[in-house]
Amino acid sequence: MIEVKHISKSFGDTQILFDISAQFNPGQVNLIIGASGQGKSVLTKCIVGLHEVDEGKVIYDDRVFSEMGRNDRKLIRQEIGMLFQGSALFDSLTVLENVMFPLKMFTKMSKQERKERAQFCLERVGIVGKDDLLPAETSGGMQKRIGIARAISMNPKYLFCDEPNSGLDPKTSILIDNLIKEITYEYNMTTIVITHDMNSVMEIGDHIIFINQGRKWWEGNNKEIIRTDNKEVVDFVYASTFMKNLRSKLVNN
Amino acid sequence: MNLFEHIGKYFMMLKFVFSKPEKGSVFWERFFTEAQNIVINSIPLIGFLSFFMGGVISLQTASNMSSPLLPEYTIGYITRQSTILEFSPTIISLIIAGKVGSNIASEIGTMRVTEQIDALEIMGVNSIGFLMLPKILATTLFFPFAIILSMLLSLIGGWLAGITSNLYSTKTYIVGLRAFWNVDQHHLYYALGKTMVFAFLITSIACYYGYNVKGGALEVGKASTNSVVAASVTILLANYILTQLVLI
Ligand SMILES: Nc1ncnc2c1ncn2[C@@H]1O[C@H](COP(=O)(O)OP(=O)(O)OP(=O)(O)O)[C@@H](O)[C@H]1O
Ligand SMILES: [Mg+2]
Repeated sequence: MIEVKHISKSFGDTQILFDISAQFNPGQVNLIIGASGQGKSVLTKCIVGLHEVDEGKVIYDDRVFSEMGRNDRKLIRQEIGMLFQGSALFDSLTVLENVMFPLKMFTKMSKQERKERAQFCLERVGIVGKDDLLPAETSGGMQKRIGIARAISMNPKYLFCDEPNSGLDPKTSILIDNLIKEITYEYNMTTIVITHDMNSVMEIGDHIIFINQGRKWWEGNNKEIIRTDNKEVVDFVYASTFMKNLRSKLVNN
Repeated sequence: MNLFEHIGKYFMMLKFVFSKPEKGSVFWERFFTEAQNIVINSIPLIGFLSFFMGGVISLQTASNMSSPLLPEYTIGYITRQSTILEFSPTIISLIIAGKVGSNIASEIGTMRVTEQIDALEIMGVNSIGFLMLPKILATTLFFPFAIILSMLLSLIGGWLAGITSNLYSTKTYIVGLRAFWNVDQHHLYYALGKTMVFAFLITSIACYYGYNVKGGALEVGKASTNSVVAASVTILLANYILTQLVLI
């Protein structure tokens, strides 16, 4: 379980996050949604410690991460897997080496064991026979999946995905969403996904946090979000005319 | 950011560079790869430049020696001294700052803007140490060998240039090369010492600029240019200071 308590964050004079508190449970896909520029990425980066919070606490299963030094954080970080928005694969390493990288840095596995584990993870995300390609030689959707394979290679307790399906076609998006959902349930991970994609919200939103103007504006799940009356959430979810019509039908029923 | 902030941040970075690597075996693997990428791969360029520069030094010295009072072996002597004191350590370092510095800054800068550095940090890797220490150590330790090679090739270049244009005999040239060696020997150590300093500066400054890129591809390009400018200026300043300290 990851808890954030009253986090605030400013860059210089501009405050980005205002007093956000939330709880993210294991075995659930937790979504952070909201319009562009509202602070979703900053919030996530505060949680994983790429930004320091100005106020408040970030707690990983009773361990107060935000108050730890570099060395203690390292231990928790080895329990974190993260898929970056641009995949962030190491471009000088092959697909297989990318997935093996965390294993090589942090485990005592033999080369053979590392290879087997990496291939298992790659298979798990449906990438087979691409071991020796460089990331630049694979497609965007594959890179996302390889990114997920790398993120899960160490069997993380906490999985973060920053916009896992931005820039992908609807079918591949759904594939990746389902993958995230399955591994979350399978390994009882605490998963946090940032997304813009309404399909994902409906498909995998076990727990949803809506961020607006740097504040936690609304919280609920994918069933509740359909029926909420919160104006900003409605504006966000039912942004297109198509969705607006859908909503009026839903409400009329 | 002003100059002093840059210098402060640079030294803060060095503190992380020299922390213990996460895993020894990975460090050594990267160390030798970097030695190959940075030093060995620069040798053809260094060799080519040195050979022709040596030739030019001796030809110019010969053409400027009109006084019959100067013995002919002075040509070999001057070629040796300019090669060892300035040409090989300083000029070659400046050229390498252009080649290697821009390369490192854009490599690390690209890793920064594509979040690869964040990915390392999230995994719990000390990204500064992981990326920079192998590069900095490999260059600082191996670069002097490349410079020794540069010195040799420069002297050979000087010799060939002279004898093919019939300016002096091999014998006179060699007499010149050996002249006053017993009192000038320390120049070689001074030169190799300053090479190590320059190599350290080139790589660490390039790493600094690359690591602190913010933005996108455009900024990576700028960082790479800035790192070459900063490294060149620093090399020349360091050269002046070291010469003051050691030779005067
Ligand atoms: N490192 C930074 N320094 C200064 N300001 C920043 C920094 N990172 C983000 N911001 C600002 O914080 C605000 C929120 O940015 P953030 O990246 O969290 O948005 P987001 O909700 O993730 O948007 P998107 O959906 O477009 O990714 C923006 O106004 C942005 O300009
Ligand atoms: Mg974002």
